[in-house]
Amino acid sequence: MSTCSVSKGCFVFKPSPKKRKLSQKTVNYFRERNNASEDTDLRFVTCQSLWNQIKSETEQIQEDLNKQLFDNLVSFLRRSHSEFQEKTTEWTCQMKSREIPTAALVLGVNVTDHDLTFRSLSEVLQNSITPYIALLEAKDCPGIKNLMQKLMGQLMNCYIDADSLEDEDHVQVSQNRIRCSMTSIISWYQNITKKTDSETPSKKRTSSSRHWQSPPVVVIFKDMESFTTKVLQDFIVISSQHIHELPLVLVFGIATSPMIIHSLLPHSVSSLLCIELFQSLSCKEHLSTIIDKLLLTAQFPFKLGEKVLQVLINIFLYHDFSVQNFIKGFQLCIVEHFYSQPLSVLCCPLVDAKKRLNSLSHDQCENIRRLPSFRRYVENQVSEKQILLLTADNFLKEITQKLLEDLHVYHENYVSVLRCLHVFTSSLPKYPLGKQIRELHCSCLENRVWETEEYESSLQLARMLNKSDLVTMLQQCVEIFVSSSGKEFDKTIEKLKEFLTQFQELEAEAFQEQDGSVSAQKELQKKTDLYHLQKTLLELKESRRSKKLTKFEMLRFEVVDYIDSLVRTYLVPADHKTLHEIMYFNTASVLRGHLNAAPRVALHTALNNPYCYLKNQALKSDGGNISNKAPDICIVYKLHLECGRLINLVDWLEAFATVVTAVEGPNADAASSDQVDDIIHARFIRAVSELELLGFIKPSKQKTDHVARLTWGGC
Amino acid sequence: MPNLEHPAYPAATLLHLESLVPCRESQVSMLLSIFGERQQFSFPSIFIYGHTSSGKTYVMQTLLNTLQLPHVFVNCVEYFTSRLLLEEILIQLQSCSSETEQTSRVPCDNFNDFVRLFKQAVESRELQDQTLYIVLDRAEQLREMEANILPAFLRLQELTDRNVTVVLLSEIVWELFRPNTGCFEPLTLYFPDYSIGHLQKILSQNHPPEYSADFYAAYINILLGVFYMVCRDLKELQHLAALNFSKYCEPVVRGEANERDTRKLWKNIEPHLKKAMQTVYLREISSSQWERLQHDDGEPGQLKGLSAHTHVELPYYSKFLLIAAYLASYNPVRTDKRFFLKHHGKIRKTNFMKKHEKTSNHLLGPKPFPLDRLLAILYSIVDNRVAPTANIFSQITSLVTLQLLSVVGHNDQLDGPRYKCTVSLDFIRAIARTVNFDIIKYLYDFL
Repeated sequence: MSTCSVSKGCFVFKPSPKKRKLSQKTVNYFRERNNASEDTDLRFVTCQSLWNQIKSETEQIQEDLNKQLFDNLVSFLRRSHSEFQEKTTEWTCQMKSREIPTAALVLGVNVTDHDLTFRSLSEVLQNSITPYIALLEAKDCPGIKNLMQKLMGQLMNCYIDADSLEDEDHVQVSQNRIRCSMTSIISWYQNITKKTDSETPSKKRTSSSRHWQSPPVVVIFKDMESFTTKVLQDFIVISSQHIHELPLVLVFGIATSPMIIHSLLPHSVSSLLCIELFQSLSCKEHLSTIIDKLLLTAQFPFKLGEKVLQVLINIFLYHDFSVQNFIKGFQLCIVEHFYSQPLSVLCCPLVDAKKRLNSLSHDQCENIRRLPSFRRYVENQVSEKQILLLTADNFLKEITQKLLEDLHVYHENYVSVLRCLHVFTSSLPKYPLGKQIRELHCSCLENRVWETEEYESSLQLARMLNKSDLVTMLQQCVEIFVSSSGKEFDKTIEKLKEFLTQFQELEAEAFQEQDGSVSAQKELQKKTDLYHLQKTLLELKESRRSKKLTKFEMLRFEVVDYIDSLVRTYLVPADHKTLHEIMYFNTASVLRGHLNAAPRVALHTALNNPYCYLKNQALKSDGGNISNKAPDICIVYKLHLECGRLINLVDWLEAFATVVTAVEGPNADAASSDQVDDIIHARFIRAVSELELLGFIKPSKQKTDHVARLTWGGC
Repeated sequence: MPNLEHPAYPAATLLHLESLVPCRESQVSMLLSIFGERQQFSFPSIFIYGHTSSGKTYVMQTLLNTLQLPHVFVNCVEYFTSRLLLEEILIQLQSCSSETEQTSRVPCDNFNDFVRLFKQAVESRELQDQTLYIVLDRAEQLREMEANILPAFLRLQELTDRNVTVVLLSEIVWELFRPNTGCFEPLTLYFPDYSIGHLQKILSQNHPPEYSADFYAAYINILLGVFYMVCRDLKELQHLAALNFSKYCEPVVRGEANERDTRKLWKNIEPHLKKAMQTVYLREISSSQWERLQHDDGEPGQLKGLSAHTHVELPYYSKFLLIAAYLASYNPVRTDKRFFLKHHGKIRKTNFMKKHEKTSNHLLGPKPFPLDRLLAILYSIVDNRVAPTANIFSQITSLVTLQLLSVVGHNDQLDGPRYKCTVSLDFIRAIARTVNFDIIKYLYDFL
């Protein structure tokens, strides 16, 4: 690229949109794998379109989830300065000290997600309230000076954005001269509000109708916890002095708890603020919604296997609480699946899959035959059919099409029945099958859920549910089935409705029964004789033990049995299904390797077993002994593993020399001499300093000529 | 009551001034006599100190404005570097000399430039015959700037050879300002706190137009009775008075009591004020929320304050990391063996302790611990095996950014960073409860 500038210097070129080219490149990555020659382009396109769909879906979900919070915030901002604009003459307003309106936004500890939230927040605010928004991060503001610089830079730039880019150069030049103080911000603000007023008739109409005459200036502190106390205090004190001229609103992004405001700011400063609390949705709920909308739906053909899902959920729950990371992991699964599985070309909506199936090459047909689940299927067929399946491509395609249809239907049914089962299990005491639907989903994917103990115990518990609960659950189930897309559920709905009517009938009968029991009670009260009383009590107890089940209980058993039968037919684990490899991504080890980085383990393997990375046959070691062919640092590392907390450098050097010279054997005279070769000495020193750089040892002051070990154990 | 008297100023102005600065008459008359007449040289520098809201800034401002003395008023917090501060003084000088022409900004990087430019500015203002006052509010900030700034301001009169007086306003005493190398000693002047009588008088002055002065004074009396114990900040009291006055008037507006029915009014307002002290005064809920509550007649209990939201949700391993950090911070290193080894044998606390360990570690505060120890404790308190993945290490860092842990010593130290756990016992107990970990059993202090 060239410039018209005469000076030699650094130039920044913004990339022009060349998306086509870029994606072409990625296609090549897909192609590189030699064994997967088939349909790479098609797979890539499918993968891209699927990901785009999922991405827009997640963004939609995010927007919906944040809507409530943002609405509250927007109304707060509207309120914050309007009061003073309306009634400045009133006595109370004159007397009250004017506080800075402040929104304390509690977002939870998943800091990685906050960026997205803040971006959409500033978008929302820009659309509805004010163009003047500054986002401040603690790392940019070590001092009040940097904070003011950053603030001014962002505010004045946003002015440029609002007012077309034509006079950019002018502002850039003048920015150096502008003093970083509140007065310059105020004069800028007065200028700009005056300007928009005068310009209203022409081009500014749209924006000024959206915002008011003097829109507030919103300053967002993204990570409140990391700001130093002094910077915050100074900024608040300064801006509170100018609140009359500059309608400022602060937003504190808080990750932990709002108590942090009190611990960061002394009362004299926090009394300058008018703090209102806003709480975002918890990240766990967010994840549940994402799983609900992305995984538990027949909308997307791509599915996650049990192990993979477990890995992703574990990372979320155990490590970061970050929904963004979860989605990134999901994306990785998609890419990996389409990259590594040649048959993933069929992982698309059923209509397309049928078309693609017809144009499959012979190699791909062979791929299908190689699938373990398909082999199992073939083995269960009669022998003529087996031969046909294994030899005739056309017949195979026909059968495959049928199997894919089956799989599709299975998905649709699976989701509805799973939700239905969840309705039951989520209300049982102690939640034997998990409270969340994702746990239920995992255990259903893992193996036949009805064979597990937890399922057994939850059925036991379900048999003890009371009537009102049972009825509401049944109603919920009916709703789920009615709204589901599966076609087989007409009968089920009928059956469930029948149950419901039976329950209603029971209610009517219950009155009569009550009468009967009341009379028995009355009889009991009549008996005053001790002997008789005992006798009747015993009788009552006996009858209760061997009592025939009441109608309600019978019905309850029937309902539970029916649900059980539904589960057994529809919640078969996916890997029992033929051709599940096409839709399900199940290589958890790959995912774990990518997402659960273990730097120390990797370093240890590299140093302990260099063959693992270098792939040099000479290095193939057989366990404990140290080869002298290995790089110096590996020898030094292995030797240091045998030492204690302090390592004597001389001993270490000698051991090193012995190892290095060991097999260079024949001229052993050099090794026997006390003097260590200078070259070996130099190699040793270099290896030791490399170890120090990697953080395994450090120089010690406790003993001369010793270094201290910093690591323990095998890794 | 000392009436203000000064030959240089008309009596009417002085009377007006006196009405504006209630309870500060003696200080004002003192200042007036130091200032002398307009053309007379005054003391080169005056240092005024006193507690928060003892009227330093207000008195200075009203005094200079009412008597129309030429002055420059600068807040040192707002102009945080010496360059900004000096330039601001020059700008104010220029702007009051010539309102019409907007003079271009002159860069002023050091005090030498300032003295030169200051002379020019004063010359052009034709003010040689009047004393110019430079008031530096929040002067304690000057100590953070270059070492020469404060001494130079103190003898500005001498350096510029112009009729100028520098007034420093601060909340701390002069002894904390005095540089090691010595400097010109300013004339110090103390503004004492307002007494309760003063506060009553000042607050009652601005009564709302709809109500009589007596009625408002009675209200202020009640207000002070509740709040004087915790708050003597005039501004804050005024704010509180304005916030709660509508509630006080309620019975009168509804016609249930008349303005003289003090007892009834007191019964109505007193619990309300007490509630205000616990919520809005501490900024637990904002004043606008408080007003809305008042308006809707709701119970303040419905609105949870900031402190009510103490619960922090953390990922599973973060919880254990935090617990491990807490244990490492509050247990002596030697006791780790006893808590985390399986066959540690019985160690009696009394024999086991050294003398200095007899005081509770919780009274002494958290102690720093190395990363290794944290991880070792983590591995022994988590039931299943934890792989030392990057995720674990990044969680430690994120706990630091959340201010639940803090790094001791240098940030860039890679070998053996040391941390401290900064959370409270209550917090960690709540965290431990969520993972079914009985932390008390593992704390040396509670053996």
